[in-house]
Amino acid sequence: IPPDSLPGVSLPSLGGSLTKLAYYSTVQHKVARVRSFDHSGKDIDNEPLYEISVQEEITARLHFIKFENTYIETCLDFIKDHLVNTETKVIKATGGGAYKFKDLIEKKLGLKVDKEDVMTCLIKGCNFVLRNIPHEVFAYQKDSDTEFRFQTNHPNIFPYLLVNIGSGVSIVKVESEDKFEWIGGSSIGGGTFWGLGALLTKTKKFDELLQLASKGQHTNVDMLVKDVYGGAYQTLGLSGNLIASSFGKSTTADKEFSKEDMAKSLLHMISNDIGQLACLHAKLHNLDKIYFGGFFIRGHPVTMRTITYSINFFSKGEVQALFLRHEGYLGAIGAFLKGAEQDNPNQYSWGENYAGSSGLMSTSPDVSPLQRTRSGTFDMLEMDRLERPLVNLPLLKDPSTYIPDTVDLTDDAMARKYWLTCFEEALDGVAKRAAASQPDSVDAQERAEKFRQKYWNKLQTLRQQPFAYGTLTVRSLLDTREHCLNEFSFPDPYSKVKQKENGIALKCFQSVIESLDSLDWEERQFALVKGLLAGNVFDWGAKAVSDVLESEPQFGFEEAKSKLQGKGRSLLEGPPHKCALIFADNSGIDIILGVFPFVRELLSRGTEVILACNSGPALNDVTYSESLIVTERIAAMDPVIHSALRDEKLLLVQTGSSSPCLDLRYVGKAPLCGLCASAAGWSEVWLWSVAVLWPCSGHAVAALTALCCSRLDQGLAVLVRERQTDLVVIEGMGRAIHTNYYAVLRCESLKLAVIKNSWLADRLGGKIFSVIFKYEVPCK
Amino acid sequence: GYLQKAKKIIMKTFFPWFGLDIGGTLVKLVYFEPKDITAEEEEEEVENLKSIRKYLTSNVAYGSTGIRDVHLELRDLTLCGRKGNLHFIRFPTHDMPAFIQMGSEKHFSSLHTTLCATGGGAYKFEQDFRTMGDLELCKLDELDCLIKGVLYIDSVGFNGHSECYYFENPTDAERCQKLPFNLENPYPLLLVNIGSGVSILAVYSKDNYKRVTGTSLGGGTFFGLCCLLTGCSTFEEALEMASHGDSTKVDKLVRDIYGGDYERFGLPGWAVASSFGNMMSKEKRESVSKEDLARATLITITNNIGSIARMCALNENINRVVFVGNFLRINTISMRLLAYALDYWSKGQLKALFLEHEGYFGAVGALLGLLDSA
Repeated sequence: IPPDSLPGVSLPSLGGSLTKLAYYSTVQHKVARVRSFDHSGKDIDNEPLYEISVQEEITARLHFIKFENTYIETCLDFIKDHLVNTETKVIKATGGGAYKFKDLIEKKLGLKVDKEDVMTCLIKGCNFVLRNIPHEVFAYQKDSDTEFRFQTNHPNIFPYLLVNIGSGVSIVKVESEDKFEWIGGSSIGGGTFWGLGALLTKTKKFDELLQLASKGQHTNVDMLVKDVYGGAYQTLGLSGNLIASSFGKSTTADKEFSKEDMAKSLLHMISNDIGQLACLHAKLHNLDKIYFGGFFIRGHPVTMRTITYSINFFSKGEVQALFLRHEGYLGAIGAFLKGAEQDNPNQYSWGENYAGSSGLMSTSPDVSPLQRTRSGTFDMLEMDRLERPLVNLPLLKDPSTYIPDTVDLTDDAMARKYWLTCFEEALDGVAKRAAASQPDSVDAQERAEKFRQKYWNKLQTLRQQPFAYGTLTVRSLLDTREHCLNEFSFPDPYSKVKQKENGIALKCFQSVIESLDSLDWEERQFALVKGLLAGNVFDWGAKAVSDVLESEPQFGFEEAKSKLQGKGRSLLEGPPHKCALIFADNSGIDIILGVFPFVRELLSRGTEVILACNSGPALNDVTYSESLIVTERIAAMDPVIHSALRDEKLLLVQTGSSSPCLDLRYVGKAPLCGLCASAAGWSEVWLWSVAVLWPCSGHAVAALTALCCSRLDQGLAVLVRERQTDLVVIEGMGRAIHTNYYAVLRCESLKLAVIKNSWLADRLGGKIFSVIFKYEVPCK
Repeated sequence: GYLQKAKKIIMKTFFPWFGLDIGGTLVKLVYFEPKDITAEEEEEEVENLKSIRKYLTSNVAYGSTGIRDVHLELRDLTLCGRKGNLHFIRFPTHDMPAFIQMGSEKHFSSLHTTLCATGGGAYKFEQDFRTMGDLELCKLDELDCLIKGVLYIDSVGFNGHSECYYFENPTDAERCQKLPFNLENPYPLLLVNIGSGVSILAVYSKDNYKRVTGTSLGGGTFFGLCCLLTGCSTFEEALEMASHGDSTKVDKLVRDIYGGDYERFGLPGWAVASSFGNMMSKEKRESVSKEDLARATLITITNNIGSIARMCALNENINRVVFVGNFLRINTISMRLLAYALDYWSKGQLKALFLEHEGYFGAVGALLGLLDSA
């Protein structure tokens, strides 16, 4: 780790039993790169379009690991072996245990322990996860299919109330990144439950007490309103089942109470009390969001349930009790951030790595005992630093209510079952393709099998706990698969397929343009839209399509067209748009023969075009770097595209995403061109080869170079604003159906896709290979 | 003239004057003993009525559990034109059936009086009164009664002394003293009634009030937990134990965690960070005494009530908090702690007030309700 990035350790106060470690590392992983060949003087017809190579790239990653306290020595060994380099002098520690274990740490590691304030760390950590992890926050719903209701991230996280229930309770009001205030607390907390519970039930462990409580009947121990009134207290509208006096029935001392009943009564007493105080503080400070954390809450449905009940009761539904998926890590994250303050990790965006993170609830021993390993680490979170900060697409009508995903699979059990099965069935094929994509690698088979196993396990976890990684969606399933593929060094299993498809499609480009140009205006518009849709049929990612393509190799463009259900009133009838933003989907026929003719038509009408492609590979989607090469080649053939590039009427940008789906809340703020972002040596080679390849299209190269470099610090978002984008085209199943189907934009939008999945077609009331063509004009 | 005469006749038929407050744990009974009975009246007084009067006024204990709080008796009171003494009697709610039985044996129903009752038990035992005692209860709302009772008793004073008082220097055992407080202009005030559970009312005028909130952690919780933890069987026993215990052996203090004050948040080292927090450790569980546990239970419940009351006072923008209820009976530890906690955490902005007749206001209110209805 870099010398200036100190590991942060959160040591539990005496109540806790877990030690959390946070550290920063740089991870080497494989990335696929493309670059044009030097074709000068050669017959290029029989050569592949571009060269694919796999390179090592280094990315920053944050690791968070939980250790059981009994393994504190193992934890310190781990730090000593892996983390402490010669330049590391200090370790940041927080938590009550920072005092207790200070000497042990200093002796064992030879490092100075820098104690950081518990609450400061907690809040720093909390702000960090609220900002960086989608679906971090959830509300708990009892008696519902979806116990966990994940919240969409609000662009503004402040102000909020954080109620930390450790051995005692701290109530903190957080107003901004650096401004927070302890506004109250209570001594009746987790320690009271544990201590008093141990006295009453002779049960020693916190988890066992909670289990007792979940089996008990508090009404045997508590005096209820109906015990006093014989029924409800109607004048005040107090139900007969409300607790009038906790433990009120135990005053008749001759009675024996069961451990379960006493534990339950104690749990209610403490949860209600905390909820009441939290509500009183929320009311006083006019806040309606309360995040709960601390060991009393940590992943325990029982306590989340009672706290939620209490908050609803005392606030009459006006305040929401919210919980955090990574609550247990907050202190360690905060301590780490304190140590890394000079680097200011907040200037970056971070994304959860689904492959390396264990899901919610894995802390609970009865849910997944297998996840505890001998080393004592049993729960972790990994976050990768994203290339660039991500922001909202400025064209979203209401970012705070935008939900990218069309179907919430945590909510919809039928859909969940279908998609999990679908992903399971496709898994062998994906693993096979991954292995096949690296024929020269000796261990490709082995890695593919590891990938298969890992993803299979993830799918099984999700069957048991759909909420393990936040709201379960087709998008999250796809993203998890990409993360797992990356984890086992399959950065781009479709690279060869894409390369081939791009090559073939490019050869057809001119004839497609010629045939389009021969049509009259009306026919051409229709053909263009049909072409867009027909191109989108070609999708190796979709099972139905790969079946067709594999069994009928002659299945061609014309046939795809004929399979389409005719549709499409042209949106090109009105006055030309100022600027169109197009989110492209697949490489090959889709982008080259579907999207580009459409782009060309837009350009001819005087509409500027921003073509946004994924930053990283996902399935057979066209990546930004591939789009650069493809565009170059098209520009060489087509004067319209050529001059548009030169005049910056056609702009290529990256989305900041590596997902087949699209979350419009997180698009690249400052997209860099592949050239500038990649290592210097690489980009020079690339530039050089381009220049040699097309010496006479120097203009285009210059334009392209200028485009990339001049956009160095300008984002897609900035560009969209600058060019006054008034049309957004979103193409493909992942971006227009699985996500964004219901997205409302402030400008005209066109969502189009071919449904290549019969279940989904059924759901939407159509047939497989039906067309979605959703043209929306915002209300004035 | 005529009206006064009529009233006198009604009153006569209305004797005896009772007010009953049937709570979750205790029944509170106030009895007005007329001292201005004329010879004529004495002659007319039916035998049953006479025997009830004699029974109540000549004893200080009734059965094995009924107790008359003689020290609270209000003498030479004028109520509805009659002079007399007000007696304060209590017994456990679980003896309610025996009480109704006794009423039945003494042919209470033949007196054709109305029995005004408040508290949850007025509803719960209504049917028993009807069937076992042949008595129709007049049920009154407990919060109405409570406020009425507080205002009335405060206005008549405590046999020439002030009903309301506060503690000066509540933390300093040497300098702490109980001083009278003049509650002449009482509004707005926060009224915290600590019975088995706790109700908190914001009172703006004699008939404008609202129940702000309540908590189930009240006197019943203290006593109930003490029974379970120490095996004690009476409230008095529990308090006696608490007075000899040391809660800091049971509770985890701020200084136990931080070695001193937690300056970042201005928390003093002596503050309790976690009630019963030390009991997470097996060794410490084995080394504490029953007295320590009783004390910790008392401190936990009291601090919590203080803290909720303080938050309510802040939310309602009220700075006078009156604590009543039988939890405070013979419970100076809690009263001083409430006084101190309110003062400390509000930086002197809030004042804790107490009333001598702690738990009897509901019953007094019920009695006043009887006279209002007449």
